[in-house]
Amino acid sequence: MEIYHQYIKLRKQFGRHPKFADEGAEMIADIRPNEEHATDYIPRNPVVTVSQCVPEMSEHDANTVAVILASKAMSHVEGGWPKDIDYSEAEHTIRYRKKIEKDEDYIKTVTALGADVEDLIKQNNAIDIYEEYFTGQWADHSAEVPSVKTVTVFKDPSTSVKRTTAYVNWHPDATIPKVVVSYAILQFQWGLEDRKFQEMPLSSYVWDVNNPNTPEYEMAPASQICCAKFNLKDPNLLGAGQYNGQFTVYDMRKGSTPTESTQVDLSHRDPIYDIAWLQSKTGTEAMSVSTDGNVMWWDIRRLSEPVESMPLREKGSETSLGGVVLEYDPAAGPTNFMVGTEQGSIFSCNRKAKNPVDRVKYVLSGHHGPLYGLRRNPFSSKYFLSIGDWTARVWTDDAAVKTPILTTKYHPTYLTGGTWSPTRPGVFYTIKMDGTMDVWDLFYKHNEPTLTVEVSDQPLTSFAAHESGSTVAVGTADGATTILQLSTGLSEMALNEKAAMNNMFDRETQREKNLEKAMKEARIKRKKEETRKDEVADSVTEEQLRALENEFFNATKQPEPPAAPEEATQNGAGAAPEQ
Amino acid sequence: MGDTAAIDETFKRLQSHKGVLGVIVANADGIAIRTTFDNELTVQYAALVTHFTVKSRSVVRKLDPENELKFLRIRSKKHEIMIAPEFERNCEYYLILVQDQAMGV
Repeated sequence: MEIYHQYIKLRKQFGRHPKFADEGAEMIADIRPNEEHATDYIPRNPVVTVSQCVPEMSEHDANTVAVILASKAMSHVEGGWPKDIDYSEAEHTIRYRKKIEKDEDYIKTVTALGADVEDLIKQNNAIDIYEEYFTGQWADHSAEVPSVKTVTVFKDPSTSVKRTTAYVNWHPDATIPKVVVSYAILQFQWGLEDRKFQEMPLSSYVWDVNNPNTPEYEMAPASQICCAKFNLKDPNLLGAGQYNGQFTVYDMRKGSTPTESTQVDLSHRDPIYDIAWLQSKTGTEAMSVSTDGNVMWWDIRRLSEPVESMPLREKGSETSLGGVVLEYDPAAGPTNFMVGTEQGSIFSCNRKAKNPVDRVKYVLSGHHGPLYGLRRNPFSSKYFLSIGDWTARVWTDDAAVKTPILTTKYHPTYLTGGTWSPTRPGVFYTIKMDGTMDVWDLFYKHNEPTLTVEVSDQPLTSFAAHESGSTVAVGTADGATTILQLSTGLSEMALNEKAAMNNMFDRETQREKNLEKAMKEARIKRKKEETRKDEVADSVTEEQLRALENEFFNATKQPEPPAAPEEATQNGAGAAPEQ
Repeated sequence: MGDTAAIDETFKRLQSHKGVLGVIVANADGIAIRTTFDNELTVQYAALVTHFTVKSRSVVRKLDPENELKFLRIRSKKHEIMIAPEFERNCEYYLILVQDQAMGV
């Protein structure tokens, strides 16, 4: 039922001054109670209500707009010349200067000042108060409690969509604190139903640690970047692997679009998950690995097609495995590399093998799930660390030893990345799905991490350690990258650490080898035992058979001596073939 | 007339010491009177140092009005800047000297 009030005014009365008069109350609508509605409700008795007599408060928080600070330099051009002198005229300035120089006071002052300064210079030259007095002295940090401090946090500038930090890489020059962070949404077919994928932000950025508010450089690709690394030779170049399988090169001096990219049909057919720059004279070669099962080598001068391509197959197997992590260390050999796969196996390969089939040297069945970290120890490249499923394992690069020499305990959450420390041979880091980062110090204890730090409440997705060993960058699932500074105890090498770690690794390798030998011997022994038992059983039955035969002959010979010759001959004839 | 030879001699002597990169004499207005650096660098030094020195002087004076700034040394990673100021009313000059770190004594 509508309740409305209508007000009508004649057109000729428009514009007249309104004259208000008081009218009595007029009932417009009267709604009587309807008894039938009561049947829809059931009376409830008793009814419990709570009341409180306190002032009502509400909580509200507001965050001020972040102040954007930028460092800018000021350029001075000319001093404060007096008004009558035109400083662009060299003559005027020279004349002015000459005038001052002739002033008595000037001369007196300057000579006096000169004498003072000269004393200081001599002082400086005599003793250098800033020199390194105690070189070669190792500070003993073993008693310090290890700690970690947050330096800064970079947030993903495109806040509309939550993207994970897929890959973090430090600038190869240790003095320049820059990081290239790749943001990507790695969920398969994300935003397909609500068509959100059309507004997916694609850019990834290079950040400077000193300036966390604005990125230094933006990369604007055609498809999300899943991994990006600085070129070792020319750090202005960035190599990036995209979600659509293309490998692109960016130049930081030349703008945000890729300078070159590979052709889509000749690139990978799945996202490129890891790339590595190769050590070569030209510094222009790179390799990339993807879950489509191929490893491809590229030369950035000619990205129209890959230089080489190799399928990730075990020798004699037809199935290609998807590659997720790539390990390339020039110290282990310029053509050797390792690939960690989605299926958990680790391939150790050599690019220059006589037969293309022999490129895969051997395969280790590493983990129960995809590998997320694979790195050789920077001090002894014979040993490498692999991180995946719920453990981290240390292996030795020797085809004879197929089992890890060290395995950490199984964690309650999945490990998503990690690497060795560049300055301490016994320290490595792992990051987990529950947002914590573990620092393992094998020099101190093996059974549990030395330090566990809660970096975020979101899963951690990417990790990179700075060359100085004291700073690390950790990426989280909500797009934030945290830069952490480690205490000196974790970044500086302790006395004898290198030798001790090498001894420990050797000992563990020896143990594995011995274990395997012992197992082999046990197996051989068991087999021998079984065959011997079989022989013994046969001989016993043979003897028994002969004994039975003798009994039988004796028994049959005795009762009938006269008819015996016939029967005996019969028996004899019958017995002979039996014997 | 004064003896400009004295100034020349001072300059020469200062420059002869080990590690000295250059000397500048500037006045209160930030004009470099005499310098051994190139023009651009000189202007930068003159402008920046005069401001800095005035500020330092006010710090010293505000803490104790009887006190006076005598000397300033700025040690940076790469070298040391030494500033000898003279604040008398009519002859306010700054002698600026840049010395490189001694190569291990």
